[in-house]
Amino acid sequence: MISYLLQQAINALQLGSVYALIALGYSMVYGVLRLINFAHGDIFMVGAFLGFFAAAIMRWPFVPTLLFSMLATAALGVTIERVAYRPLRDAPRVSAVITALGVGLFLEHFVLATVGAQPRQIPRMIPARFYPLPGDIGFSSNQAVIFGVAVLLMLILDLFVNRTLTGMAMRAISWDIRHLPLMGVPVNRIVSLTFAIGSALAAAGGILVGLAYPIIDPYMGILVGWKAFVAAVVGGIGSIRGAMAGGYVLAATEVFVAAFLPSTYRDFVAFSLLLTLLVFRPTGMFGRVWAQKV
Amino acid sequence: MGTEGLNRTAATAPADAAVVAGAMDEERPVRRLLPWLGTAALLLFFAALLPRLPLNPYHVQVLMYVGINIILTASLNLVNGYMGEFSVGHAGFMAVGAYASATVMLWLFPKALWPVLFPVALLIGGVASAVVGLVVAVPSFRTRGDYLAIVTLALNMIVKSAIENIEAVGGPRGLPGIGRLTTPGWVFFWVVVTLVALRHFVHSRFGRGVATIREDELAAELVGIDTRQVKLQAFLLSAFFAGVAGGLYAHLIQFINPRSFDILKSTEILVMVYLGGVASLAGSVVGATVYTVLLEALRFLGLWRWVLAPLLLVLLMIGRPRGLLGFREAALFVPAWERAIRRAAAGAGARAPTAGAAPGTRG
Repeated sequence: MISYLLQQAINALQLGSVYALIALGYSMVYGVLRLINFAHGDIFMVGAFLGFFAAAIMRWPFVPTLLFSMLATAALGVTIERVAYRPLRDAPRVSAVITALGVGLFLEHFVLATVGAQPRQIPRMIPARFYPLPGDIGFSSNQAVIFGVAVLLMLILDLFVNRTLTGMAMRAISWDIRHLPLMGVPVNRIVSLTFAIGSALAAAGGILVGLAYPIIDPYMGILVGWKAFVAAVVGGIGSIRGAMAGGYVLAATEVFVAAFLPSTYRDFVAFSLLLTLLVFRPTGMFGRVWAQKV
Repeated sequence: MGTEGLNRTAATAPADAAVVAGAMDEERPVRRLLPWLGTAALLLFFAALLPRLPLNPYHVQVLMYVGINIILTASLNLVNGYMGEFSVGHAGFMAVGAYASATVMLWLFPKALWPVLFPVALLIGGVASAVVGLVVAVPSFRTRGDYLAIVTLALNMIVKSAIENIEAVGGPRGLPGIGRLTTPGWVFFWVVVTLVALRHFVHSRFGRGVATIREDELAAELVGIDTRQVKLQAFLLSAFFAGVAGGLYAHLIQFINPRSFDILKSTEILVMVYLGGVASLAGSVVGATVYTVLLEALRFLGLWRWVLAPLLLVLLMIGRPRGLLGFREAALFVPAWERAIRRAAAGAGARAPTAGAAPGTRG
């Protein structure tokens, strides 16, 4: 029983790493622009398809595939912000959100129309190996790579945001975007950079999902995207460490529900827990509570 | 959202009751009756004449989709437009209404009486949906903004997932064998009921409370609005009509499954709301009609219509961020007393320009 639970915990770490990487993009963009970027799940999907292109057609190994997909998807994220969101920065907030929904639908169906509806398979890039641990459990080489890459990227991001001047500018924007230009901060450049980093992390998530569950299709971003969004909210949207924690919490909930109940109850229980959490902690685990002024 | 919306939606200037009564008399009774007569004539047309015309059944079907989408859009607009919240799970309420009305019909009502009991089933669907609306309304007392959006998203997912796990209604396979009882007449009838109810609600005392919550919830409480009561009413009313729309939908396509009510459907309703324009019933009618007809008209593009349609939406949002008719209303959707108040306020403003501006006239 205990070894079963531990094995499930390892599976939760794998799923949580992916959720956390995608949730980071939601949270970072929300932090700087107060925009729920509903296209983010589909950016993740594009990242996975670029990975498929690099790995299956170009036959590149894992690291070049990962880097190529991250770079190309970062460019896509920056372009989307430039073309679709920047003209709306002073418009009512929901206009930008609806635009984001539109961009997401566009990406899904553009990939569907150009690549086709049939699911694609990302080839195995990491040699299959199983590392046993004491007590009847163990982890696969895929799981090790997924967890390792995710933690490495999150460490780099955390250091970048908290220790560099650019990272400081990013945090400053989330406090007050209106007056920041007066301090000499190039707001547009920082926003572009935020989209680049968020999209690159989503692409990394896409490749890592491709390692664990190699079948990809144009609609894969919808559910994963919404779940990552939920993870970001559970952690407290706008908080970077909150997004990481939220990803693992959501994954653990899902994995352990599926371990004890029929798997069809997974979404039901996960979202009911989320609803309960929001009733008692309306701003998530690490969410900032804003003072209300009249 | 800025404070400018306040001026555009509700006449807030204090208006003397006698002046308002006088202004109401100014409008001749015939003119006030005209919209009702027109509505009755249209109802007669949709209920009695249209089924007899040699129309393409596909076109009639699209027409009924337009009507159902108008109900969905207008009811979501109450929460998202007038109240300024961001509900992203409207299809969840639609699902409850669809399943409640369909199961009541299939399990309780004898088949011979189906056409007679159809309205009862729709009402039951609406009430069931309103009860589920409590799941969103109660958290909304404390949770707001993006977090409330997640509550509605969670509700959508929970409803879909719950239905998938109830074997009695077919689980993920869906529920077949529903009677085809939705007719153009019934759809039109419910569109009218929805629009009239919402029109009267948003211009009532509670409706002004709704607009005040959108502008500033804390200030609304400070001026003595029972925000909980107002939110409860808005959420329940919105859910009720979504449930009715779900019932109409179920009895139109005769087969429902949980996947018809997923987050994509909710997204569609959102798009119709913001395409037409927030806080506007006319906008909801236009948004639902344009969206439904456009998607049908682009059918020849095949897959590419779903590439083109979102592009058009993004372009529209960049060009007109408030939607086609955001914060603007057709006179038809403003009740007589509201028009009278605005005229009285405008008159008072004209007589005594220094007495303060007369908001509402810009409406």
